[in-house]
Amino acid sequence: MTTPAPEDRKDTMAESAAEQPAAPADAKRGPSVATRERRSGLMNPSGETPYLVVEDLTVKFPTADGVVSAVNGLSYSVPLGRTLSIVGESGSGKSVSSMAVMGLHDRKRTQITGSIRLGGDELVGMPESDLMKVRGDAMAMVFQDPQSSLHPLYTVGNQISEAYRVHHKVSKDVAKKRSLEMLDLVGIPNPIRRFKQYPHEFSGGMRQRAMIAMGLVNDPKLIIADEPTTALDVTVQAQILDLLNNLQKEFGSAIVLITHDLGVVAEMADDVLVMYAGRCVEYGTATDVLANPRMPYTWGLLESIPTVSAASEKLRPIKGLPPSLLNLPSGCSFNPRCPYKDRVKGERCTTELPELLPVDGAGAHTSRCHLHDKASIYEAEVLPRLG
Amino acid sequence: MLYFLGRRILSALSVVLVTLVATFALFFIAPTDPAAAICGERNCPQQRYEEIKKGLGLDQPKVKQFADYLEGLAVGRTYINGGVERECKAPCLGYSFKNDRPVLEMLGNRVPVTVSLVAGAAIIMLTVGVTIGSMAAKRRGTAGDRVLVTSTLVISSIPYYIVALMIALYLTIFYPILPRGSWTPPTDNIGKWVAGLVTPWLVLGLVNMTQYVRYSRGSMVETLNEDFIRTARAKGLSDRVVTYKHALRSGLIPVITIFGLDVAGMLAGAIFTERIFDLPGLGNLVLESLVNFDLPVIMGTVLVSSIFLVTANVIVDIVYSLIDPRVRLS
Repeated sequence: MTTPAPEDRKDTMAESAAEQPAAPADAKRGPSVATRERRSGLMNPSGETPYLVVEDLTVKFPTADGVVSAVNGLSYSVPLGRTLSIVGESGSGKSVSSMAVMGLHDRKRTQITGSIRLGGDELVGMPESDLMKVRGDAMAMVFQDPQSSLHPLYTVGNQISEAYRVHHKVSKDVAKKRSLEMLDLVGIPNPIRRFKQYPHEFSGGMRQRAMIAMGLVNDPKLIIADEPTTALDVTVQAQILDLLNNLQKEFGSAIVLITHDLGVVAEMADDVLVMYAGRCVEYGTATDVLANPRMPYTWGLLESIPTVSAASEKLRPIKGLPPSLLNLPSGCSFNPRCPYKDRVKGERCTTELPELLPVDGAGAHTSRCHLHDKASIYEAEVLPRLG
Repeated sequence: MLYFLGRRILSALSVVLVTLVATFALFFIAPTDPAAAICGERNCPQQRYEEIKKGLGLDQPKVKQFADYLEGLAVGRTYINGGVERECKAPCLGYSFKNDRPVLEMLGNRVPVTVSLVAGAAIIMLTVGVTIGSMAAKRRGTAGDRVLVTSTLVISSIPYYIVALMIALYLTIFYPILPRGSWTPPTDNIGKWVAGLVTPWLVLGLVNMTQYVRYSRGSMVETLNEDFIRTARAKGLSDRVVTYKHALRSGLIPVITIFGLDVAGMLAGAIFTERIFDLPGLGNLVLESLVNFDLPVIMGTVLVSSIFLVTANVIVDIVYSLIDPRVRLS
């Protein structure tokens, strides 16, 4: 793919921003221009020009039991050199939305609407033959379990070289040289020997390094890492996260990091997006979301982190289960599990879907909750429990 | 690798030996009397009967008979029949009770027929079966996939000999579109060899192919859901490369196992095909020898079949290790 130069990209972005419909005159009937832009993901918490823009993304899977709404109107954006963490439980739509960005869903079985723009190019509805050229080149994905995500019957070197040769018309030797460079770059000792080995001859951490080498071999501008450390033990996790951080500093890529581990978020993320039942429920910079969360679900996630000082205490899970995506609860999707819903007057939590609104009226930190006194509840009740 | 081969050859030999013992024992458990059969069941003078029995070596204790057989196999033996001495060199499989010809020579005439038949059919069955199976797996859930799976199921649930017989009748006799089956050694005339075998190849190959459509479809559907297939797609590889390179290599592994055993089984007994298309192969020989209580020929065919089977197993293991690096041969 020919990536437009940064200047061009900025122009494209400015144009699409200009195309946004103006806010209705009656402010009560719709959110302000600023809110719209934020919701549409055009602006992002840092205010920088984004490389990846996801706007009102909806992913639905029609099944025999009904339509599974895995992602419902998700918007976010990531500029180059920044890391967005998408956080949520299993089934919250974080992986599904990222697979949609990569175009990895089976087209016949998936309905995708909304917009995904990568450096200004619209990916939703792009023909498969064009999308193939972007996939693995301008954007790459690092998967969760390197054990099952690497082909067991091909050597690691072969798989990395293949990834390079898909997008570069070069000889095997050139691709091999490039692969050896990558193996070295991701900190795999003795690349020449490792090149010829099979994934089962690698340890878990080394496999994930190899996976990263494969993802980064074409110098992608966007890296989607889907729980890259979940299958690894804790000491190796830290090494892999450091590696991703360093590589990002070196290449300046945009990273979307999918995780359910808030420790990873704290270490890696510039921005955080919390997902619940296929919707964004809180979005902002990592500092905003982690230090001043404004949504009961985020509070629950933070409270469920075990602390060393409270080792004798029981774990505090969020009670209940995520809702069925076949049949979402009316109103706020989180209402069946929300301990604070009685504090909202009337039946709003169960009847009206809260808008994603700025928490302090104007900033880039947004959350989706009807509670009025979120800040005081957090400080008075949630914070003391976090230990 | 050498260690692996040595070990496998030893175990193969023991399998063959056990098979021979079992066949020999079964023959004598059954109420068979080859001498009477040769002499003629009725009007057989006692003296003549005894002579024949002696000539065939059937008067000896059974254990001695079997030991003699093994001796002949290993180092050769000398037959004395009516004062005439015959040297039978190792591997000696004896002489047919029925027509007194050396069994080794009879097998030597029959094996090329069966091998030719099975080789051609096996190629058709594997390549066509796996190709269609993979295509179906790629389009799983569509109408085309369902039609394909159902039709293969229908074909493979009709007994093979009926399908084969029908095709032979309709396509070579009533509407002679295809040439009839016949045998010409490929060394004599390769064109005639092909012409005589093409119909049996198609029938044996395509009918058995239906099972391979289902095996490979199942295996491929499973493989296409693997994480490493998603990785391959994420690299930007085309659908074709993903299916026929990344998925097929994994998907083939279970199919290869069944294929090895199937081919060995077909070599040992493509009886229906040989019978229907009148090919003088091993299967026909087995039938004839069973009808005639022809012990040396029965033993000979069993020996050859069991060698085919164990060889196929060793080959499957070697092919495994070539496809899957996690399988180490030592």
